[in-house]
Formats: sequence, structure tokens, C-alpha cells
Amino acid sequence: MTELTSEGGHGAVPLEGVPAAPGPVKHDWPLYEVFVRGKRGLNHVHVGSLHAADDQMALHHARDLYTRRNEGVSIWVVRAADITASSPDEKDPFFAPSGDKVYRHPTFYDIPEDVPHI
Amino acid sequence: MSFDNVYEAITEENDARWAFGTGFEDPLSGMDTSVPSGVDGARLAAYCLMLGDDALIFSHRLQEWCTNAPELEDEVAIANIALDLLGQARLLLARAGKADGSSRTEDSFAFLRAENEFRNVRLAELGGGHFGHLIARLFVFSTWRLALFQQLESSVDPVLAAIADKGVKELTYHRDYAAQWLVRLGDGTPLSHSRMQEGLDELWPYVGELFRTHPTEFVDAALPRPEFDAVLDQALAAATLVRPSSGELAGVSGRTGRDGVHTESFGYLLAELQSVARAMPDAKW
Repeated sequence: MTELTSEGGHGAVPLEGVPAAPGPVKHDWPLYEVFVRGKRGLNHVHVGSLHAADDQMALHHARDLYTRRNEGVSIWVVRAADITASSPDEKDPFFAPSGDKVYRHPTFYDIPEDVPHI
Repeated sequence: MSFDNVYEAITEENDARWAFGTGFEDPLSGMDTSVPSGVDGARLAAYCLMLGDDALIFSHRLQEWCTNAPELEDEVAIANIALDLLGQARLLLARAGKADGSSRTEDSFAFLRAENEFRNVRLAELGGGHFGHLIARLFVFSTWRLALFQQLESSVDPVLAAIADKGVKELTYHRDYAAQWLVRLGDGTPLSHSRMQEGLDELWPYVGELFRTHPTEFVDAALPRPEFDAVLDQALAAATLVRPSSGELAGVSGRTGRDGVHTESFGYLLAELQSVARAMPDAKW
């Protein structure tokens, strides 16, 4: 049996004599995160992301990608690079200490029924 | 409010518009489609056919950009615009079938007419070219159509007025989208500038036809011209582009798109548009 030199052994994809250097990489537009406020919503909700060359284009693209089915009445877009996020590595020091502090929940109060959005 | 799915959280429950555009036979269902007194039904039908064909054919050309646009986001934007125009075409073709008393449906207009029975302007049927050509066409088409629809909002036919009222909001966005790209490319790099100018130059011979009043025209086709010129000049100035000075493309013995005389590529467009409907005449979709 001859030695297999191509991927999968079928000979269709040569592994030798092929230039290994990657081709030119297309310059990408920056990434934007999109927040939409729905008719029923009180807050803008993160719905996804998109690429755009500038802020105005990002707003247009957000309208075209994320409000096609009548979801929103307001859109925010923000460059993903401008968001400072907590790291998964910091999950424990950030969030674990609040897990056992049940007294921080306002469950010891009576909330009147006609007060919305609490 | 559940946040398991953000779309559930922000959409109205049971929003009927989720299913917009499918599952109904008559787009004018529920509207009073009788022809107002003093209006010639055949003439109204002929006019609705012109505007409907413009939207149908230009929408098809925009759909050809699916999988071919430079960026995914713009591909969706162009497809959205094509869908808006398809919606306008459905309403206008349905209106034509009611107004002329033939009760022809939108499908029989779209799929069962021959090339010389289409009444769209030739500008709507131009295909191919690069992104600069597309933006030039989209900007000129939507600027003209928006100015025209604003006139039609006060049409004597209430159905046509309602269709125009709905279309104005859509066309305002189409024009805005195209104008942003027109300025971005025109005022961009030397290459993008020359491509944008090229797109405009090659389109220009087809622009005069938009404003030439046809005998069956319902309103004076020249009415939207002042607004069209004003908007165009403003956008061209911002984009550092020059208004082309080339003359209007002549018709065949004076007959143009509105008379059913089209450019060579139109036959190929129709062949593709109508192929499924003609191969399977009773198909439902």
C-alpha cells in the first residue's frame, strides 16, 4: 500500500506543492451591537450585532436586519469595541458573593398591586 | 415579560404582520374598490398598471442582488426594498384588475402578459452593472417615485391615494438609503467617485422618460420634476458628483416603455420572472 499524501487519502486535495501562505484578508467593517426597544418594552434590549462602516450606516443596517417584523420603535447602536465587559474569569469574585444575601431582595415588603414595573 | 427570547419580549403578541404578504388572495380585500364617479375605469387601470409594472420590474432587478451584494447587511437592505416594491406592485396590479372590470388577478398581470404588454419605464428594467449603477438607479427611481406618490396622495381615486400614502413611507426610506450610499461613494475614494459618476452617466438617458406624460397618464407626469431636480441637486452637491448632460434615449418611432417598447434585456428578465408560473399554470404559492 502506497503512503497517503493527500487529505483523506483520495488524492483529490493535494497537500504538497500548495502555497501555504494565506491570501489577502478582506478588511472588515467594525462590529456594532444593536439594542432595540419594542412597543411593549420599557428598556432597549440587546438583539444582536452587525458590521457597518460608520454610525449612520449601522443604524440603517440595524433597521433593516432587526426591525423587519415590526419589532421596534427605537434603536441604539454602539461600537462593540466601546463596550467594557466583565470577564468570565472574574465570574466568582464578581457574582458569587451576592448569591447568599437573600436579605437584599425586597421580599419583606408588601407591594401595592397598582404599582407597575417593580 | 419573558426574556428567554428577545424577540418574544419586544414584539406584540399575535402580531398579524408576522404573516404579512402571504396566505391571502386579494391584497385589496376589505377595501371599497368601486371606481369613483367621473373617473374612467379603463384609464385608471392603465395608470395603475404603469406604476405597478415599474415596481414589479424594478423589484425583480433588486432581487437579483441577493447573494451578489458587497456586504450581507446591504444584501438584506436591498432585499427589503425589493419586498416593499413588490408589495406596491401587488396592490397596484390588483387595483388595475378591479378598475378595468376584468377581475384579472395580480398573478395574471405579472405572469401571463407578453413583453409588449408591460408598461414600465425602461429605467426600471435596466440590469447588470456594478454597485454604483445600482445606487444610481435606486436613488433616481425612489426620488422620482416618492415625488410622484406625494402627488397621488390626493388622487381622486381613494384606493390609489391609500396605496400612495403607504408607499410614501417606504419610498422615503429607500431614497434615504440610496442617498447615503450616493454621498458615501461620490465623496469617497477616487475609485468610488468615478464608479458612482459612471453609474449616473449611464443611467441618465433613461431619466427623461420618467417625466414624459403619456396619453393614458392619470396625473401630469411632469409635476414631480421640480422636487426631483431639487433633491437630486442637493444630493449631487454633497456627493461632489456632476449632473450628467447627455440627452434622452429615443424610443422606437417615439414609443417607449410606457407604450410596451422595451430594451433588449427585458425579454430575458420576463422569461425568468414568469418561468415557474408558465411551466405550472395552476401552481399555488
